[in-house]
Amino acid sequence: MANTISKLDAEAISLESVSLWSITKKRLFRRKSAVVGMIILGILIFVALTAQWLAPYDPVKSMLDVPDYAGQAQKRLPPCIHLLGCPKESPQHIMGLDGVIRDEFSRLLYGARLSLMIGFSTVTFAILVGTVLGALAGYFGGWVDNAIMRVMDVLLAFPSLLLAIAIVTVLGPGLINALLAIGIVSIPAYARVMRGSVLLVREMDFVSATRSLGGNAFDILFRRILPNALTPLIVQGTLGIATAILDAAALSFLGLGAQPPTPEWGAMLGSERNQVFTAPHLVFYPGLAIMLTVLAFNLLGDGLRDALDPRLANVS
Amino acid sequence: MATYIFRRLLLSIPVLFGILFATFALARLIPSDPCRAMLGEKATDAVCNEFIKRHGLDQPILTQFGVYMGEVLKGDFGKSFRFSLPVTEIIIQRLPTTVELAFSALVLSIIIGVSLGVISAVRHNSWADVVTMLWANIGVSMPVFWLGLMLAYIFSLTLKGTPFQLPPSGRLSAGLIPSPFYEAWNLHLTQGTFVFIAAEFISRMNIFNSILAGDYKTFKDAVQHMILPALALSTISTALIARMTRSSMLEVLGQDYIRTARAKGLKQRAVVMKHAFRNALLPIVTVIGLSLGGLLGGAVLTETVFNLAGVGRILYEAITARDYGIVQAFTVVIAVFFVVLNLLVDISYAYLDPRIRLN
Repeated sequence: MANTISKLDAEAISLESVSLWSITKKRLFRRKSAVVGMIILGILIFVALTAQWLAPYDPVKSMLDVPDYAGQAQKRLPPCIHLLGCPKESPQHIMGLDGVIRDEFSRLLYGARLSLMIGFSTVTFAILVGTVLGALAGYFGGWVDNAIMRVMDVLLAFPSLLLAIAIVTVLGPGLINALLAIGIVSIPAYARVMRGSVLLVREMDFVSATRSLGGNAFDILFRRILPNALTPLIVQGTLGIATAILDAAALSFLGLGAQPPTPEWGAMLGSERNQVFTAPHLVFYPGLAIMLTVLAFNLLGDGLRDALDPRLANVS
Repeated sequence: MATYIFRRLLLSIPVLFGILFATFALARLIPSDPCRAMLGEKATDAVCNEFIKRHGLDQPILTQFGVYMGEVLKGDFGKSFRFSLPVTEIIIQRLPTTVELAFSALVLSIIIGVSLGVISAVRHNSWADVVTMLWANIGVSMPVFWLGLMLAYIFSLTLKGTPFQLPPSGRLSAGLIPSPFYEAWNLHLTQGTFVFIAAEFISRMNIFNSILAGDYKTFKDAVQHMILPALALSTISTALIARMTRSSMLEVLGQDYIRTARAKGLKQRAVVMKHAFRNALLPIVTVIGLSLGGLLGGAVLTETVFNLAGVGRILYEAITARDYGIVQAFTVVIAVFFVVLNLLVDISYAYLDPRIRLN
C-alpha cells in the first residue's frame, strides 16, 4: 500500500517537475515576434563581440590618417558598394563617410557595443537600487514605506526624459553621467514592482514558516521573497533596456550624453543632423540601428511577459 | 464624486511640494558659479558679491527655499539671469508653442491609435490586424528625433514640387505675421491684466488663433508647419494607444454580454461602439494619461529637430547656459502640468467606472 502511494507520488512529481524555465522557453519560441526579437538581438550581440574583426576601418581615426588609403578622402561621401555598381577603383564604404571622414559602417558596428553596454548597465543599476528600496518599503511598511514611495512618486511626477536632462545638467554632460541619470529615472518602476511582490508574498505561509524557524529579515527578503518577484522584474527589465537605449540616444542626440569622437548612435546622428538634406545616409543608418535594437528588446520583453504569465500556464 | 475629487486633490499636494523641492535642490546642486556664468569669467569678486547678495544666494538654503516657495505660489518665478526678463513672461511666450504641439500630437494619436486598435480587434488575425500590430511594435521603438529628420527629408526634399511638400522647420512661413485674434475682434485689453495675459497666451497658439481670427491663410500655413512635428511626436503614443485599445477590445469582445447583444440581433456597429468600446475605455484612458509624459519629454526633441521656439528648446538652451530661473520654472511648470493631467485621468476613471470612486 505504502509502496503504491509513493509510486503515485513519484509520478505526480515527475509530471509536475517540468521547470518554469523550460515551459517559458517553449512558449517563447512559439511566438514569432519574440523569435524575431531574439534573432535581431543575437546578431547585435555577435556584432558587439566581434566589432574589431568585422569593422573594415578604425571607428575613431579619420581616413586621412590611414596609411596607403587609395581613394581621395572626401567629407560625407555617399555610400559606395561594389556589388551595387560603385566603380572598383574607389574604396568600398557600405554606409559612406561622415563629416570627419570616418567610415560610417565601422562606427555603426562599434556602436552596437556601446548600446548594449548602455542598456544593460543602466537597467542593472536601476534594478539593484530599485529592488532594495522596494523590498524595504514593502517589508517594513509604515513610515519607511511612506518615505521611500513618496520620493518615488516625486520622481515619477516628471516626464522621464526631462528629469534625465535635468540630472545631466547637474552632473555635467558625458556618457557616464547620462547613464547615471537614466538609471536614477528608472528606479521607481523596479521599486514599485518589488514592493508589490513583497506585499503579495509577505503574508504567505512559507514566509511565516521561515520566520518561525528563526530566519531574519535579510533571509526572508532575499531568499524567500526575491525569487518570487523575479518574473515581473525580468519582464520590466527587458522592456526597461529598450527605454534606456532610446533615452540615452536622445540625450546623446542633444549633446548631453556620449561626446565625440565616441561612436554612439545618438551622438553620430546628432552631430550630422543639420546635414540631413545633403548627406541623409549619416542620419538614416544610426537611427535605423537604434530603432532595430530598441525593437528587439521590446519584442523580447513582450514575448517574455506573455510566456511567463501564470494565467496562461496551462495553455501550453 | 466630489469627495473623491477632493481626496485626490489633497493627495497631490505632497507630490507638488516634492516637485518644488526637487527642482529647487537640483538647480542649487549645479556645480558652477551662476555669477560668472552670467556676467562672464572676468567678473571681479566685488561684482560677484553684489550679484550674490542681490539674488539672495548668500542666504541659508532653507531660507532660499522658503522665499522661492512663497514667490512661486504668487505666480512669480523670478527673473531669468540671461534675458533679464521675468520668467513668467518667457513662459507665456514659449509655452503656447509646446502646448499646441503636444495637443496636436495627442489628438492625432488618439484618433489614429483608437481607430487602428478597434479595427484590429474587430478584424482579429486578419491582415489589417497583423500590419497594425507590426507597425505598432515598430512605433513604440521609434527614436522621435530620427523619425522627425526622416520625415523632414521625405516631405520637403523627396516630395518637393508635389502637393505633398511640407515645410521642414519653423512655425510659419517667413514674412507671415499673424495678428492676434483680439485685434481682429476689436477688443481693447489693458496690458498686464489677467485677461490680457490669457488672451496673449491663446493668441500665440497659431492654429487656434487663426481659427478665432478667421484668418484662413495663416491657418493653412500654421497647420502645414505643424503636421510633421506633430506626426513625429505622436508616433510612440499612437502605437501605445493602438496596442492597448486592441487588447482591451479583444478582452471585452469575448465577454458573455457581447454574445447576448449579438444574439438579440443588434447590428455589428452597435455592438462594437455601444457595448464593447465603452467598456474597453478604462485601460485606454490609462495609456493616454501615461503617454502624456512621453509627449512632453519628446517635445524637447521635436522642437530641436524642427526649430520650434517652444519650452523644450528654451529649457535645453537654459540648461547649457545654466540659467537657474528658467530651468526651475519650466521643470516646475511641466511637472505640475503632468500632475494635473494625471489627476484628470484619475477623475475620468472614477467617472467611467463607479467602482473606483466608491472604494
